[in-house]
Amino acid sequence: MTLLEITLLAPLVGGLLLVFIGHRPLGGWINVATCAVTFGASLAMALDVFAHGPQLSSGRMFYIDAFNVYLVILTAFVGMTSAIFSRPYMRHEVERGRVTDRRLRLYHSMYQCFIFSMLLALSTNNLGILWVAMEAATLTTVLLVSLYRTPEAIEAAWKYFILCGVGIAQALFGTVLVYFAAENKLGAERDDTMLWTVLHGAGAGILDPAVVTLAFVFLLVGYGTKVGLVPLHNWLPDAHSEGPTPMSAVLSGLLLNVALYSLVRVKMLVDASLQTNLAGHLMMGFGLLSFMVAGLFLHRQHDIKRMYSYSSIEHMGLMTFAFGMGVPLATYGALLHMTVHSLTKSAIFVTVGHASQLAGTQRIDRIRGLIRTQPAIGWGLLIGTVAIAGFPPFGVFISEFLLLVATMQSWPWLAIPLLVGFGVAFAGLFRNLQPMVFGEPPPGQKPVEANMLPVAVHLLLVLWLGLSIPAFLSGWFEQATLLISGALPR
Amino acid sequence: MALAELGLFSQAIILFAALVLFTSFIMLGQARTLPLIFTFAWQGLLLAVVTVLVAYVSKHPDLYVSAALTIVLKVVLIPWLLYRLSVQLNMQYDAELIRHPSLLLLGGAGLVIFSYYVALPIVRLSGLATRNTIAVSIAVELIGMLLMCVRRNAVAQVIGFMSMENGLFFSAVVSTYGMPLIVELGVAFDVLVAAILFGVFFIHLRDSFDSLDVVRLNRLSEADEPMPLQEAAGARPPGEHS
Repeated sequence: MTLLEITLLAPLVGGLLLVFIGHRPLGGWINVATCAVTFGASLAMALDVFAHGPQLSSGRMFYIDAFNVYLVILTAFVGMTSAIFSRPYMRHEVERGRVTDRRLRLYHSMYQCFIFSMLLALSTNNLGILWVAMEAATLTTVLLVSLYRTPEAIEAAWKYFILCGVGIAQALFGTVLVYFAAENKLGAERDDTMLWTVLHGAGAGILDPAVVTLAFVFLLVGYGTKVGLVPLHNWLPDAHSEGPTPMSAVLSGLLLNVALYSLVRVKMLVDASLQTNLAGHLMMGFGLLSFMVAGLFLHRQHDIKRMYSYSSIEHMGLMTFAFGMGVPLATYGALLHMTVHSLTKSAIFVTVGHASQLAGTQRIDRIRGLIRTQPAIGWGLLIGTVAIAGFPPFGVFISEFLLLVATMQSWPWLAIPLLVGFGVAFAGLFRNLQPMVFGEPPPGQKPVEANMLPVAVHLLLVLWLGLSIPAFLSGWFEQATLLISGALPR
Repeated sequence: MALAELGLFSQAIILFAALVLFTSFIMLGQARTLPLIFTFAWQGLLLAVVTVLVAYVSKHPDLYVSAALTIVLKVVLIPWLLYRLSVQLNMQYDAELIRHPSLLLLGGAGLVIFSYYVALPIVRLSGLATRNTIAVSIAVELIGMLLMCVRRNAVAQVIGFMSMENGLFFSAVVSTYGMPLIVELGVAFDVLVAAILFGVFFIHLRDSFDSLDVVRLNRLSEADEPMPLQEAAGARPPGEHS
């Protein structure tokens, strides 16, 4: 069995196992253990890829290169730390009577299936399977969003299901169109023409531009819905705020990344065929719009998880903008930003989960004085938010700085809305954060049992990436940048 | 190219494709739940007939598998599931009020014209016998989307969703003689899971909102005053949520 197979099979087997025993106290541990196996295998696979270069599996079903290998590790890692957080968190929810045994079983099983579908989407070489895996990621999470069965949760899950379902259907049509364009020119081996390696290799530059443009518009709408691009973002704050918190952490930290990854993969094909930057310009437009609108919405939030969901939309918009710009510096910055945003945002959601258990509510105006009641949670939230807002010692600052420099070099005028957007988002986060962390704690507020280890590890990693980027990671980013920006017309 | 120049089977493909589009229009105007479900089943059946004809004309045996999948899923399983649920939830005779029905049907006609415009670059490139029906398949997809947008009943929205899926499958059949089998199987699996999840949701919606009218799903919004009504009614005590 290859390492990739272990990486993919571990969550699948774990998911099946947890269908039966997910409600036992052991279930939480099995969840963690499965994630640890996945992470270990993905790490070993990454070392292999680092040593021997891109790998194509024997049936050409899977393809691992510099672009997706680090996302696989990231997914496995954040999946693991969120599982560590989720075990005591969900036990607490069971004790409070919000989750029954059956739902806990569902939760654990679907958690693993969700990790599996994301890893499948990342590692597959087939554009059709990529779509199937993205849809599966929606299907596995939709029942988790409605896990608490409150009217709000059910509404959020229904919105998520319908909007993402419609959105992703457009992506399937885009995929059919790409297949059509490829089959037209590479007709010989029918079943191979959906393979990304074939499309990117033999198909480069010969696919019909008109059809490919049409396909990209549909793919952008489809995968863009899952990235959370404005105006297709409505599902995202609802889904992220109503589900259990470990779910919010993996949704915000990982699923959005995987959707953006899919979009960038197809953009690479489109760029090679079009020889113009049309796809990039579309992405820049949608990205900048999302970035600005989400920054403004941060000011209007009353629910802490909704607020950080809008912050995710803002950052995804920024990354989409950067990938759209396409110059090597911007691409490098965007790849780094994907990593640090995932780590920071999942750490923040973990902290927010503790904070809302502490305060007994998600309402921002009722969460007060965290730092006095329980310093670990208060500091965690403060440092996490400082990091996500892009303050210097942290990795987010480095990636945002690179993006800003790239913008100044290639689109100087756009640096102005970008800077304004940073300011607006900063203000939006801190006007709400300050009273939550430093305010007067309500009488009788008691500390809760909190596991801040995942948060500390994530934030330290982000700090490390802000101070120095390790050589292997930088090497992957450079290779991926070459791969992504290489096909662009100068 | 004149229709008479085409072979008999190619003409039959066009005829059945037109009938598929016709069922889309029927669904757009159908307010009652049960006939809506039956029309959806008919659309699936007609789609399966088109697929079999295309498989026969183009000699792609894979497409017979796709046609069989369509019959099992879209003609039998999903309509049966929806039928059983609507009987169980005692809403089989419900009819929803469709606002501006004539405008809606005109909108559908507009979408068909738009589809022909969208399909121009594809048709220009295609040498397939079925290229005349590509625009029809896009129209089926878009009308499914229109159905989802204008209806407020959850069952009608699901029918719209599945009809969109029909349109997508249709477009894959007529523009490329279907996708690779593994992808088709994956898509069919996703559709099946989605159908089951929709069924679960009907029951949840009914339990929480006492209705499948999605207009009642209006609690989560960006309003400045957060949830004053629900709190006053005690629907969401402050300590409940975390």
